[in-house]
Amino acid sequence: MATHFVIEGLKATIEDKEILKGIDIEIKGGEVHAIMGPNGTGKSTLASALMGHPKYEVTDGKALLDGEDLLEMEVDERARAGMFLAMQYPSEIAGVTNSDFLRSAINARRGEGNEVSLIKFIRQMEGKMKELEINPEFAHRYLNEGFSGGEKKRNEILQMMLLDPKIVILDEVDSGLDIDALRIVAEGVNSMRSEDRGFLIITHYQRLLDYVKPDFVHVMMQGRIVKSGGPELAERLEKDGYDWIKEELGIVDETVGEQV
Amino acid sequence: MTTQTVLPVEPDVLKTASVSNGEPAWLTESRMNALKLAAELELPKLEKTRIDRWNLQNYGTPRQGQGETAQEIPEIVTSLVDLNEQSNLIVQRNSATVFTKLSAELAAKGVIFTDLETAVREHGDLVQKYLHNVVKSDENLLTALHSALWSGGIFLYVPKNVEIEVPLQSIYIVDDSKAVFAPHVLIVAEANSRVTYVDNYISGDLSDAIVHNGVAEVFVQAGAKVQFATVHNLCEKTTDLTYRRSVIENDGRIEWIIGEMNAGDTMSDTASVLKGNGSSSDAKVIAIGSGSQKLNYTTRAVHFGKSSDSQMITRAVMREQSTAIINGITKIEHGATKANGEQTEKVLMLSPKARGDANPILLIDEDDVTAGHAASVGQVNPEQIYYLMSRGISKEDAERLIIYGFLAPVVADIPLEQLRQQLQTLVERKLGQ
Repeated sequence: MATHFVIEGLKATIEDKEILKGIDIEIKGGEVHAIMGPNGTGKSTLASALMGHPKYEVTDGKALLDGEDLLEMEVDERARAGMFLAMQYPSEIAGVTNSDFLRSAINARRGEGNEVSLIKFIRQMEGKMKELEINPEFAHRYLNEGFSGGEKKRNEILQMMLLDPKIVILDEVDSGLDIDALRIVAEGVNSMRSEDRGFLIITHYQRLLDYVKPDFVHVMMQGRIVKSGGPELAERLEKDGYDWIKEELGIVDETVGEQV
Repeated sequence: MTTQTVLPVEPDVLKTASVSNGEPAWLTESRMNALKLAAELELPKLEKTRIDRWNLQNYGTPRQGQGETAQEIPEIVTSLVDLNEQSNLIVQRNSATVFTKLSAELAAKGVIFTDLETAVREHGDLVQKYLHNVVKSDENLLTALHSALWSGGIFLYVPKNVEIEVPLQSIYIVDDSKAVFAPHVLIVAEANSRVTYVDNYISGDLSDAIVHNGVAEVFVQAGAKVQFATVHNLCEKTTDLTYRRSVIENDGRIEWIIGEMNAGDTMSDTASVLKGNGSSSDAKVIAIGSGSQKLNYTTRAVHFGKSSDSQMITRAVMREQSTAIINGITKIEHGATKANGEQTEKVLMLSPKARGDANPILLIDEDDVTAGHAASVGQVNPEQIYYLMSRGISKEDAERLIIYGFLAPVVADIPLEQLRQQLQTLVERKLGQ
């Protein structure tokens, strides 16, 4: 069955402030959707709410992955159902090596009795690390501890590649990356594009989209999607910025809540 | 307020036991003097811990001869070590020796590894020179009672230049709450020798509450290196009071590895006296608290020697309503130039009712030194749990990863594979209750 992800009328609050005011997106396997928009418009909240971050409360709407209700699931169940969120600020966890963590995550996905063999795991991990030009010693470093911004982002992509998810959300994965790292990350994403996988790329720059061509582009303001289009929309935003959209829609302040 | 100390044993009972056990006059006298001191001394003053409210009365009666303890080795021991494979091992049950083995090779090199009572008979002069020499009888009520009542324990003597690769082990089991449980560990490592000592404290079925009042004294002579690893795994009926102390001469080194896995109230004080120039010490402590345990752990380093170095690290995980006070004391005396002391104490609390308190203390009377400390007390970070769960890892497994990660800096550095695995298993068991 081809992947089918539907978000309908999604509303979410943080500390009782409504940030998402009704989001509708439909992503099919093989599609790449980009969500663009200035800072503070609710883009990252959408990513966190879909993954189930405990700080966000979904107050209305639906999120169905292949017909299954994600919002009824715990965070780990969502992940095992096929959701993957590459985070803007991944946690650092001392004492847990990257490779132990990766193997735990892969095995959690595969289920008890179906664990990956150590040799196969190491071969997979080392292969993907090479593709992402990650120094092999990072396998034995503690998870994200002391990693630079770019190293953390590459480590997120490494996880994505090893976990083989159905829906990938990239939350500002391009922020803080130099041009080489951006190219590596983009190549990693492109190598994962397939008919059974959908992508939702959150960014406020065009530059990642130069490498990963989106099929659909959505602009978010005030906690809503205010405009959707094809790749040409991203190009126009790169050239002209967001003001023309605000003007067109009569929006003065595009932000929502009091995000910092 | 003065409190009348009620001694756990009458002087004439103690004397009769000592004499009937064939102890030399100096030892009987040492015991009687210590008992006299006990009547006058007070309990140690512990940071934020009301030790006077602990169950400190149940010392049992001094054993005469081998006592009533059966000679067979309890199963609990065979689950811990392979008696056939273990070439250097002493097992004591209710402080009576039930198994003892020293390889012929080590004996030929002049190594002594025997229960302390035998050592008193066979190497009396040597023992007398060191016994109660660093943990002194007159320090407080507990050390005085230990000196009066000690029973069981071992003597390990490594002649100079002898380097021992394999660990020497002892196991102390208590399953009779009427027997005194106060082993004394005495280790002398002569110049340029090397030795690793590992011991385990285990309790079996106890009918009543009991006090463990134990002391370990370790003498590290010039250029010698001693690894001292100990795991306390005593049940909740046991109150564990332990002093461990080492004196380190020029260029000597001690490494402490301590697993505090008790289920009962515990006070432990582990100290390195860095007497010699270039002497060094490293102390690693991991502790798990559960139930309503009250715990007070102190590690200390006292620097006298120039260019002496001390490292101390304690990691404690506290569950349920357990309370831990964790003290790290680095004391650098005047004249100990170029000394360096570093310490870290960290407490991870798994329940809102658990309490932890980390107190790093630096006492420095010399200018030309370096010293550092770090301490933290906290709960499992929910962002970390979320991150791990977002990769499909269940909440329980995520917590387990974070806890093991917290303990990893200590566990991963344990140089003995067998001990590392044993501690891992104990940690798992204590966390999985």
